[in-house]
Amino acid sequence: MISPPNLEIAVLVLGMIVLMFEAFATKIDKRILAFAAIIGLTIVLIATFFLTPSTPEQASGFWSFYTADSLSIFFKRFALVTTIFVLIMMIDYTPVLSSSGALTTQPVLGEFFALPILTCAGLMYIVSAIDFIMIFVSIELVTVSFYVLVSFTKKNPAALEAGVKYLILSAISTAFLVYGITWIFGVTGETNLQRVTAAFANSDIDKHAAVFGAVLVLVALGFKIAAVPFQIWVPDVYQGAPTPVTAFLSVGSKAAGFVVLLRVLRPFMMLPNMGRLIVLIALLTVVYGNLAALPQNNLKRLLGYSSIAHAGYLLIGVACFAGQEVAFYLVAYLLMTLLSFAVLIIVAQRTGEQISNFDGLAKRSPFLAFAMLMAMISLAGVPFTAGFFGKFFIFAAAVAQRQTVLVVVGIVTVACGFYYYLKVVRAMYWQPAAKVDNIPVSGLSRVAMSALIVAIIWLGIYPQPILNALKR
Amino acid sequence: MLLTIIFCPIIAAILIIAGTPVRFTALLAASVTLLMTLLACVNYEWWKPGFQFVNSVTVSESWQIHFATGLDGLSLILVLLTAIVTLASVWFSGKTDNNENAFYACLLFISGGALGAFSSLDLFFFYAFHELALIPTFLLIGIWGSGNRVAAAWKITIYLALGSFILLIGLILLYQSLPAASRSFDIRALQVAAAAHQIAPEAQRNIYLLLLIGFGILVSLFPFHTWAPEAYASAPAPATMLHAGVLKKFGLYGLLRLALPLLPDGSRYWTNLLVVLLLANIIYLGLVTIAQKRLDWMLGYSSVMHMGYIFLGIASANILGTTGAAALMFAHGLSIALLFAIAGEIRKRTGTLVFDDLGGLAKVMPFAGLAFGFAAFAAIGLPGFANFAGEIMIFFGAFQNGWEMQRFHIFQVATVLALWGVVVSAVYMLRAYRQTFMGTMAERWSNLVDLRTSLRVPVALLVAALLWYGFFPQTFVRFVTPAFKTYLSADARR
Repeated sequence: MISPPNLEIAVLVLGMIVLMFEAFATKIDKRILAFAAIIGLTIVLIATFFLTPSTPEQASGFWSFYTADSLSIFFKRFALVTTIFVLIMMIDYTPVLSSSGALTTQPVLGEFFALPILTCAGLMYIVSAIDFIMIFVSIELVTVSFYVLVSFTKKNPAALEAGVKYLILSAISTAFLVYGITWIFGVTGETNLQRVTAAFANSDIDKHAAVFGAVLVLVALGFKIAAVPFQIWVPDVYQGAPTPVTAFLSVGSKAAGFVVLLRVLRPFMMLPNMGRLIVLIALLTVVYGNLAALPQNNLKRLLGYSSIAHAGYLLIGVACFAGQEVAFYLVAYLLMTLLSFAVLIIVAQRTGEQISNFDGLAKRSPFLAFAMLMAMISLAGVPFTAGFFGKFFIFAAAVAQRQTVLVVVGIVTVACGFYYYLKVVRAMYWQPAAKVDNIPVSGLSRVAMSALIVAIIWLGIYPQPILNALKR
Repeated sequence: MLLTIIFCPIIAAILIIAGTPVRFTALLAASVTLLMTLLACVNYEWWKPGFQFVNSVTVSESWQIHFATGLDGLSLILVLLTAIVTLASVWFSGKTDNNENAFYACLLFISGGALGAFSSLDLFFFYAFHELALIPTFLLIGIWGSGNRVAAAWKITIYLALGSFILLIGLILLYQSLPAASRSFDIRALQVAAAAHQIAPEAQRNIYLLLLIGFGILVSLFPFHTWAPEAYASAPAPATMLHAGVLKKFGLYGLLRLALPLLPDGSRYWTNLLVVLLLANIIYLGLVTIAQKRLDWMLGYSSVMHMGYIFLGIASANILGTTGAAALMFAHGLSIALLFAIAGEIRKRTGTLVFDDLGGLAKVMPFAGLAFGFAAFAAIGLPGFANFAGEIMIFFGAFQNGWEMQRFHIFQVATVLALWGVVVSAVYMLRAYRQTFMGTMAERWSNLVDLRTSLRVPVALLVAALLWYGFFPQTFVRFVTPAFKTYLSADARR
C-alpha cells in the first residue's frame, strides 16, 4: 500500500532523473529518456490503484493542505494519462524540433521531455489542493513549466509571440489569484477551503469584501480554463506553441483549472450572486467559443476555439453543481482532444496545419482519417462516442436544475459545433487529395491512437466505469 | 434473433471497410436481415400485447440505462419495412465512382441505425441508434450526391443535429419528470409510470412540445421541412430510399411510441397546434409539390406532404387512426423508396430529371414505367395498394377522433381538408407520370435501356409488398392493433 503523497514525490524524482540524464549523459539518443519517462509514469499510474484507502479524519498539519479523496485520485490518474500521451506525441514531434532549426543542439531535447513530467507533478498537486496557498503554489508549478514549454521552439517567431503572450497574461492572472486569496484571507482569516466555507456561512463577515475576493479568484481560474472574457490568449498561444504542448495545455491545464473551480465552488456558493455570475460566464463562453470556431481554417486554431467552447459546456456543468458530470466530460474531452492533436502532429509534418491540408486524408492514410473522424464526431457529440455521454450528462444536469437559458443556448451551439467539426471530416473524405503519398505512422503512435479510439467508443457505450471511479 | 437483425448490417459495414467483397457482403447482410425479420414475423405471437424477443443488458446502473431491445407489433412492421427497403436500396446501388466500400458501409450503417432505433426499448439507445445514421447521411450526400450536394449535406446534417438535441432534452425531461425512485430510460418502466399517472400534466405539456419539435424536425413537419426536399433531391438514390423510406419514420414512430402513451395530457393540450401544422403539410406543401419542375424535387416534396396524413392519424389518438398511421408509415416507406429508385435510375441514364427534358420514356423503359406507375398509384392512395388501407383508416379515425370533443370541430374540418390532399397528390403524381413516361419522346432518349433483369428483383420485391399489403392489410394490421390497444386503453381509463 502506498500513501498518496508518495505519488507526486515519485513523479518529481522521475523528472529530476530525466533532467540529470539530460545534463550528464550527452551521448545517448534523447528519445530513450521519453520512453523511460513513459514507463515511469505508467508505473506511477498503476501505483494509484494500490493506495492506502483512508486519509486522516482530522484535517490538520499536512492534511489540511492536501486531500486524497476520490476526486483527486481520479484526476491524478487523469494527469498521468494525459502526460503519457503527450510524451508519445512529443516523440513524434522531435523531427519538427530538430529540422526547423529550433534547437541548435540536440541535447536540449531532454528538457522537452522532463518539463511535462514536472508539470504532471504540479497537476497532481493541484487536484489534491484544499488550501488556497497550496492551490497557488501548485498552479505556479504548472504555469512556470508551461512558460518554457510554450516557447520551446525559440527560433520560431510565432512560438516566441505565443510564449510572451502566455507569460504576460499568466502573470496577470497569478496576480489576480494572489490578490483574491489575500482578500479572502483578510475577511475570514483562513486559507483552508473547509474553514473558509464555514466562515462564509457565518453571517457576520463582510460579504462585499468576500465577493470581491472570490471574483478575483474566479478571474484567475477563468484564465486557466479559458473562459470568456479571459480567453484572449488561447487562439494565439495554441497556434504558436509546439503541438504536443498545445494538447497538454488544452487538456491538463484546463482539467486542473476545473478541479480547482469545483473545489472552491462550495465556499463561493455561500456568497450572493456567485451562481448567476458562473451561469453568465458559461453562456458567454459557449457562445463565443462556438461562433469564433465557425470561420477558422487553421485546424490548430480551430481546436483552440473548440477548447473554449468545451470549457463553456463544462462551465454549464459547474453552474449546475454537477461535479461527477464535469469529471466525466473532462475524461471524454481528454480522449478526443488528445486523439485529434495526435493526428494533427503527424499530418502537419507532411503538409500543414490548415484544414485544407487534410484534403483527401482518407486516401492517403485511412487509419489517420478514421482516428480524426472519431475525434471530430466525439467532439461534436454524436452518440456511441464518449463526447456524447459527456454532453448528455451535462445537459441532464442543466435540465434537472431548470437552467432553461443554458440548455437552449447549449443546444443551439452544439448544432453550430457540428458544422466546424464536420468541416474537417468533409476535407478528409470528400475533397480530392493534393498529394497522393502514404503517411507513415510509427508503431507507438498507432497503438496510442488505437487505444484512444477504443476508449472513445467504449465510454460511448458503457460509461459506468468512470462513474463508479468517481463515486467511491 | 433480434440482435442478429440489428447487428447484421453494422457488422457487415465494418467488414466491408475492413476489405471483404463489397457488394456480395452487403447483399448477403441485407438478405440475412430480411430473412431473420420474416422469421421474427412468423414467430411473433401477434395476439399477445407487450414486447417480445426481449433482451436487456445494463449499461449504467446510476442512470438506469439498459441496452434493451424487443419488438411489439408497431416496431415489428417498421423493422420489416427497414429490412425490405435496405435490401432494395443495396440492390439498387450499382458501381459508384469512388470508394465503393465506404458507400455500402454508409448505407448499412443507416440501416443498422434504423433497425436499432425501432427495436430499442430504452430511450437512450432509441435516440443513439437514430443518430448513428447522421454522419453516414452527411457523407453519402456530400461525396456521392448530385446537384447542390454541399449545401444539401450541411443543411440536413445541422438541421437533424439540432432536432435531435431538442429531442434529447425532451427525453431527459421525460426521465426527470418521474419520481427519483422510479426513474428509468426503459420504455416499459415509463409506460408503467405513466399508467400510474406519475407524470404531472404540466410537465407533460412541456415534454410533448419538445418532442413534437424534435421529432417534427426529423419528420419534416411543416415549418421544419425545408431540409428534406433539397437533401432528397441531392442524395444518391439508395441513400434517399433509406432516408425517406425508413429513417424519417423514426420521428413518427417516436410520437406513437412515446408521446401518445406516455404523455396523454400533453398530446391533448397540443392537438390543435399539431392539426394546424399537419394541414399546412398536406395543403400548402401539396400545392408546392404541384409547382415543382423537377422529378426529384417533386418526389422530395411529396414525401414531406404525405407525412401530414400520418401526423393526422397520430393526432386522432384512437385505435383506428393510429393503426392507420402505422399502416401508412409502412406503405409510404415502400412506395417512396420505389419512386426514388426509379427516379435515380432515370437520372443515371439521362443525367436530368427536369420534366421538360423528359417524356415518353415508357417507350424505351417499359418496365421502369410500369413500376413507377404502380408506385405513383400507391402514393396517390388508389385502392388495392398499401397506402389506401392506411389513408382510409386515418380518415375514419380522424373523423371520429379519440379526444371526445363535442360536435363539429377541428378534426372534422381537418379531415375534410386532408381529403382534398388526395386530389392534390393525384394531380402531381399523374402529371409527373405523364411528363416522364408518356407523351412524345425526345430523339436523344431513343437508345436508353430499360432496367437490367437483376434490378427488376428489388422492384418486384417492393411492388409485391405494396400489393400484398394493399389486398391483405389485415396480415400487418393485426400485428399493430394490440400495441395501440394497450396504449390507448391506459389513456381511456382516466
